[in-house]
Amino acid sequence: MAAPPATTEDRQQSTQDPTSSAVVFEDVSIAFEDKPVLDEISFRLAKGETKAIFGVAGSGKSTILKLALGLIRPDSGHIYVLGEDVTAMREEELFDLRRKIGIVFQESALFDSLTVRENVAFRLLEEGDVTEEEVERPVRESLSFVELENTVDMFPSELSGGMRRRVAIARAIITHPEILLYDSPTGGLDPVTSTTIIELIVKQRDVYKTSSLLVSHRLQDAFMMATHYFDRKTNQMQPLPPGMRGEVPMGFLILKDGKIIFDGDVHELAKSKDEYIKEYIS
Amino acid sequence: MELISPTEIAKEKVEAVQDYSVLAGRSIANLFRVPRYFADMVQQADLIGFGSLPIVILTGLSIGAELALNSANTLQRFGSLSLIGQLVSVGMVRELGPIITGLMVAGRNSSGMASELGSMIVTEQIDAMRALGTDPIKKLVTPRVVSTVFMLFFLTIISDLLGLFGGALISTFLYGMDWRQYWSTAWQILVFQDVFMGLVKPVLFGFIISTVGCYYGMTARGGTQGVGRATTQAVVASSVLILVTDLVVTKLLMTVFAYH
Ligand SMILES: Nc1ncnc2c1ncn2[C@@H]1O[C@H](COP(=O)(O)OP(=O)(O)OP(=O)(O)O)[C@@H](O)[C@H]1O
Ligand SMILES: [Mg+2]
Repeated sequence: MAAPPATTEDRQQSTQDPTSSAVVFEDVSIAFEDKPVLDEISFRLAKGETKAIFGVAGSGKSTILKLALGLIRPDSGHIYVLGEDVTAMREEELFDLRRKIGIVFQESALFDSLTVRENVAFRLLEEGDVTEEEVERPVRESLSFVELENTVDMFPSELSGGMRRRVAIARAIITHPEILLYDSPTGGLDPVTSTTIIELIVKQRDVYKTSSLLVSHRLQDAFMMATHYFDRKTNQMQPLPPGMRGEVPMGFLILKDGKIIFDGDVHELAKSKDEYIKEYIS
Repeated sequence: MELISPTEIAKEKVEAVQDYSVLAGRSIANLFRVPRYFADMVQQADLIGFGSLPIVILTGLSIGAELALNSANTLQRFGSLSLIGQLVSVGMVRELGPIITGLMVAGRNSSGMASELGSMIVTEQIDAMRALGTDPIKKLVTPRVVSTVFMLFFLTIISDLLGLFGGALISTFLYGMDWRQYWSTAWQILVFQDVFMGLVKPVLFGFIISTVGCYYGMTARGGTQGVGRATTQAVVASSVLILVTDLVVTKLLMTVFAYH
């Protein structure tokens, strides 16, 4: 596919249709030890869209991802994931839904007593009666996606932080989940590795049409995602032609003091008059 | 230090007991659901069973010898040294074998489970497992419970036999008793009730050791220090519970079997 994947009109249409939402937050509030973190926030992630979440440290970005997976429960409000209300489901019922979602934790959270191969293959080995040989091919594929095929027999403690982050991405994408949640995938990485990871995310968005929530600290990363698309012919990330800037399904969400103060695309972000946002994007 | 009201503490304790019961209950319920994680059970059984063998052999042997040494002294005064085999046998099988093995495995494995699961909690590995669609109770807790119960049962039998052997060594070499007579009296005195009591206990103790260890691990909070605390608490709690359970079960079974 040479042309950029979806136009703004397509996206607008799909946002309006509730059944096509991957994730919906409805008036969600949560407090930790009487300290409110999220205060009645609502937003929706359309299918196929990638939404970047910004906010200062401690603003509740990781909390949003954990809520979406049902790992923690909100004090009030509803969260719908692929049409199911995770706030009303029991832990046992959630396991099936979670199999359709991949997450990359902020600190990678690899299983430290398992090798890279076993970490990446974890889902496949858990889900069915597959042998070690049968998982070898998908594991290699998934690891080649993050350019780490030569680490299969290593333990997470033997990898660098950036490599661990990439193994965590490989583990999350091995089953090609419908939704991907990335928690600060480029945090603390050098520009070269960051760009590799951004390219991976763009590839997931444009080639596999995965819906994703992306927590980020660096606005320039998300800008890059909004101005590039993945070209299947060259198998590389390419800048969008000048007239088509922002014509990819890429949204932005900014959190401040437990509220969402911005939810829109790159054009709206650039046009925003809000002082805080202006300062944030400058 | 912050002052906490007694009702608050009581509430916390009740909640802890509730959480523990839920965990213990689910660990059992998972036995009847697929997948059953046989590989994990075998791995745990190896860790718990064969790993504990040296210490169980050592303590069994020395407790049996100790028991023989102590009772021989008293028995000699009444001129009934020949009863020594029976004393060691009943004492070992009904009481000391199960309790010593239980306490040893509690010290070794309850702490191991608490620190392993606790580390996984504080490094978000348990959350990662849940996120990947796997129930950590089914994958981590149930195999540990099954393996501990199973292995403790056999470890206790080994401990009993070695205790008897230790007693035999003392009685024959120090007190000049006949080897064959020792063993025949030791066997003959044992009735069904003794053996039953001696084998029910390791099942209960194994359940206590594994569920308490896993509970403290799964509820660890506060980084490495929290894991350390959970580990210590797991050993203390499981040891105390073993001692209390032992007392209750002994009394209960004695009543049921109408011991005189
Ligand atoms: N399990 C928890 N117990 C108590 N407080 C928590 C817990 N998890 C999060 N918090 C609090 O909630 C707030 C939001 O945390 P969260 O991890 O979502 O922040 P974040 O936006 O991801 O920050 P960062 O950018 O540093 O990753 C923080 O103030 C944190 O102290
Ligand atoms: Mg975070």
